[in-house]
Amino acid sequence: MNAAITIATARRIMTQLRHDHRTVALMVFVPTLVMILLYYVIGDERAFAHWTPILLCVFPFLTMFLVTSIATLRERSSGTLERLMAMPLGKLDLLLGYGIAFSLLACVQVVLALVVSLTWLGYDPAGKVWPLVLVALLNAVLGTALGLLCSAFARTEFQAVQFMPVVMLPQAFLGGILVPRDQMATVLQWVSDVLPMSYAIDAMRGAAAGGELSGEFWRDVLIVAGSTVLALVLGAATLPRRTR
Amino acid sequence: MLHGLTFTVPRGQVTGLLGPSGCGKTTLMRAIVGVQVVTGGEVTVLGEAAGSAGLRRSIGYSTQSPAIYRDLTVRENLRYFAAVLGAPKDDVERVLAEVGLADAGHQLGGTLSGGQLGRAGLAVALLGSPELLILDEPTVGLDPVLRQELWALFHRLAEAGVTLLVSSHVMDEAARCQRLIVLRQGEILADGTPDGLRERTRTTDLEEAFLRLIEERTAAA
Repeated sequence: MNAAITIATARRIMTQLRHDHRTVALMVFVPTLVMILLYYVIGDERAFAHWTPILLCVFPFLTMFLVTSIATLRERSSGTLERLMAMPLGKLDLLLGYGIAFSLLACVQVVLALVVSLTWLGYDPAGKVWPLVLVALLNAVLGTALGLLCSAFARTEFQAVQFMPVVMLPQAFLGGILVPRDQMATVLQWVSDVLPMSYAIDAMRGAAAGGELSGEFWRDVLIVAGSTVLALVLGAATLPRRTR
Repeated sequence: MLHGLTFTVPRGQVTGLLGPSGCGKTTLMRAIVGVQVVTGGEVTVLGEAAGSAGLRRSIGYSTQSPAIYRDLTVRENLRYFAAVLGAPKDDVERVLAEVGLADAGHQLGGTLSGGQLGRAGLAVALLGSPELLILDEPTVGLDPVLRQELWALFHRLAEAGVTLLVSSHVMDEAARCQRLIVLRQGEILADGTPDGLRERTRTTDLEEAFLRLIEERTAAA
């Protein structure tokens, strides 16, 4: 690993994004627009307030997962990955480069969605705002890391897009969004316990509920951060220098 | 699949790797660069095992389909790869001039013509002045003037002590190499100087020489 190469990689990815205005606009504005839509669909500020922390946590995860898995797949199919693997670039340099570049974008995404929620959509969380931002960002980085990992198992863009429902929907269903986790069947609870998103959603809810941040909140944050590191390391392990 | 290849590439020369499509040229080059899974045999490059981390700065590699980010300009591509290699900053302009792309530096990779893309890929391989250049069909799709210029560049580099392994399936390029390795179906048909090859096959035309080599091999089998 080499900090200069990691930063050069992050900068290169951001330059690529700069040339692609439409993608940036979609990534930055779509989550906010969807939240605004949901606000009017629900038509009730109290009920909407229940959904806001969940959406803030799920959307960045979703977009980052998709964008990263497609970006890395493109890197593979264009031959640039092979070129980089023949150069003095560490695998983690590449993965962290993606992580940094997309996290910065996630930052913009989350902050915009939060500002619109707090002002226009009348969201008024009982707790402080910064823990919400922290968890939402961490979850976005987790999405990036999982996207990098999953792209190793996709040969084509079609497959990569299909990984989204495979990875995403079970995590959302089992994460306690639809049914509280402790009301699910025991086996499903076990599965829920090993999915990182469950902890992100718990932490988000805890932060939104207000009061002192509990030990449980910090434990959840650590679990999400740990899963991110694990996904990055596994992603590096599945990135071969030599191919057939 | 490659079978029982044993050869050495002399330093400071242009060695041509020739043979029809699908004969194993790319596989062999990838094995030397260290990005190919090698199931058996030994590949030693500049005194080290192929693919070892120490070699990654010493080998410049350009693939057949140009590995360039299409959504970055040529200059942005080169700047990034130069940063990864730790090459000096002015290297970007140097290699752009060497491959004749100085005027296209601001163009996005995706808007380049096929020949320009190939040269952009070659420019990346030249970054950091590597000791060994592995160039997979670097002149494919180029007009005769550009081909002439690139071969002149290859010879200049070789004179400066760089070792070049250049693949081609065009026989007229063979004449420009100091040494030739002719591959067919993963086996070496011939290994020597262009003159040696002409002498052995008793012809002046290298295309003809290649055909005779195949006849010879079929007759022996």
